[in-house]
Amino acid sequence: MKIAVCIKRVPDTETRVKIAGDGVSIDEAGVKFILNPYDEFAVEEALQRRGEPGEVVVVTLGTDAAAETIRTALAMGADRGVLLKVDRIPADALAIAKALAAELKDGGYDLVLFGKIAVDDYNHSVGVMTAELLGMPCISAAVKLTVDGRRLTVEREVEGGIEVDECELPAVITCDKGLNTPRYPALKGIMAAKKKPIETKPAALPAARVTVRSLALPPERKEGRIVGEGAAAVPELVRLLRQEAKAF
Amino acid sequence: MASAYEGVDFYDISAQLSEEERAVRDTVRAWVDEKLMPVINEAYIEGRFPRQLVPEMAELGFFGANLPEEYGCAGLNNVAYGLIMQELERGDSGVRSFASVQGALVMYPIYAFGSEEQKKHWLPKLASGELIGCFGLTEPDYGSNPAGMITTAKETASGWVLNGAKMWITNGSTADVAIVWAKTGAIDDTKSIRGFIVPTKTKGFSARDQKGKLSLRASDTSELVLQNVEVGKDALLPESGGVKSPLMCLTQARYGIAWGALGAAMGCYAEALAYAKQRVMFGKPIGGYQLQQARLAEMLTEITKGQLLVLHLGRLKDQGAMRPQQVSLAKRNNVNVACEVAREARRLLGANGILVEYSAMRHMANLESVYTYEGTHDMHTLILGEDVTGLAAFE
Repeated sequence: MKIAVCIKRVPDTETRVKIAGDGVSIDEAGVKFILNPYDEFAVEEALQRRGEPGEVVVVTLGTDAAAETIRTALAMGADRGVLLKVDRIPADALAIAKALAAELKDGGYDLVLFGKIAVDDYNHSVGVMTAELLGMPCISAAVKLTVDGRRLTVEREVEGGIEVDECELPAVITCDKGLNTPRYPALKGIMAAKKKPIETKPAALPAARVTVRSLALPPERKEGRIVGEGAAAVPELVRLLRQEAKAF
Repeated sequence: MASAYEGVDFYDISAQLSEEERAVRDTVRAWVDEKLMPVINEAYIEGRFPRQLVPEMAELGFFGANLPEEYGCAGLNNVAYGLIMQELERGDSGVRSFASVQGALVMYPIYAFGSEEQKKHWLPKLASGELIGCFGLTEPDYGSNPAGMITTAKETASGWVLNGAKMWITNGSTADVAIVWAKTGAIDDTKSIRGFIVPTKTKGFSARDQKGKLSLRASDTSELVLQNVEVGKDALLPESGGVKSPLMCLTQARYGIAWGALGAAMGCYAEALAYAKQRVMFGKPIGGYQLQQARLAEMLTEITKGQLLVLHLGRLKDQGAMRPQQVSLAKRNNVNVACEVAREARRLLGANGILVEYSAMRHMANLESVYTYEGTHDMHTLILGEDVTGLAAFE
């Protein structure tokens, strides 16, 4: 199968971010960037589905620095990368989807995979919008994929149960946690990635219609309080949970 | 890949690493977090090496990672190799020791002193973890003085017969193959020391677990006995000759130890720092008291100096300009630093510091072995003393 995986470079989820001076972006100084964790599921799934003959192409829209993220996917085992270069990733998901769709539409892909969200902006949008622009069926937040010829069966975790969907290839799938266990980039893979091709070209990015107006950090959590010790403290704890914390 | 442990990098030394070097470090770091940390405490308490981890360590390329790809290795540079050791030892010195022995003391001598046939036969199997190796140099009465060894190899019509005993052998009981060093000539002829590749199932070869260890408990340490062990001519490492050969292997391993010990120190510091910020005593976190801040500042300073030391040493090694005495300095310094950091971290943790749930005391106990093996701290002092004065103090 020829599979495209659309990935994104995001700040490490363990990083404590600071807001930059412009008030609408984060200060990247000292921040470690990683391959978006949901995209790791997409890369892993693509590698498992590739087959022979097959090709896994990773595509990202980002700055020059995103080449490192592409190489992470190449180190995991993807075959080649495409970097759609921008000076800054816009907040407008549709603009990004259009740039990705322009790259993907003539690629002859059987399957296009995304992570279900990027953990930095939580948009949930780019994958499904890209599917629409490509005219492909889209199933989001997949936890299991089964391919039988050109028929794709996808399981999704919905409220209280599992939904099983079907569609024909080519299709766009966004991947959720639980789909697989992503492999580590092996050391040989890291060395091999240096020799794999990355094509860099300017992104065909339309004007953004959505912009970020402000960013704010969540309010600091208040300090905890010890209401007492042992069984005698339980009634007071229950009262506070009910009346102050409104936990139930 | 997100790791809860972010390392210790006060001088932004990461920026001096290449993208591949960082990627290698991150793979090992994540693996240690997800695969080693969850099992190490139990393995340590039970006193067994977590052998189930070997296939994945091999698959990820942790063994002999700085040896060439044509032999099934990752072909990394020496800085990346050092970073592997650093991250592994953040997990546990015993697990790092396993990788050191497999790579620097078993694969390296085959690579450096072996015939092309031996390299093609053994290295891919050792890289893939299909075979586990050990290194037999130290003897019960010859530790710091390996040239005094009394293990012998006598040439016969069909090959060699080995006799002797080896002590403190990491991986000894688990190994499929041993690199055994023995004298092929007179017992005072140190030039006659040669290396042999000895399959451990050979008749006359036996290994016995070293019991009662209070350090490196998650590592297999054994005594080897060779009683009329007959091997073929192809067991001899043809390019080995004199005590210099095993010492060259030790230089490789010590280089990795200089990085590894620092990893243990970084783990202890990170644990101590997190604890200091969260543990409240007299109404505020203990990190707010000057005594604990002094501890943390001292640990951070020594770790940072050690990091700069090994990074530069690694660059020298990659340029082919590294001298064994420079490795002695780094091993001596960084292991000593790690011992001190682990002890101070344990103290900062108070009573909790004696529990296995925290890493500090496990590292502290492990590092006492690391301080003593691969050239004791004292021997490295004398190696440096000899190097700067031209006068040997140990002969």
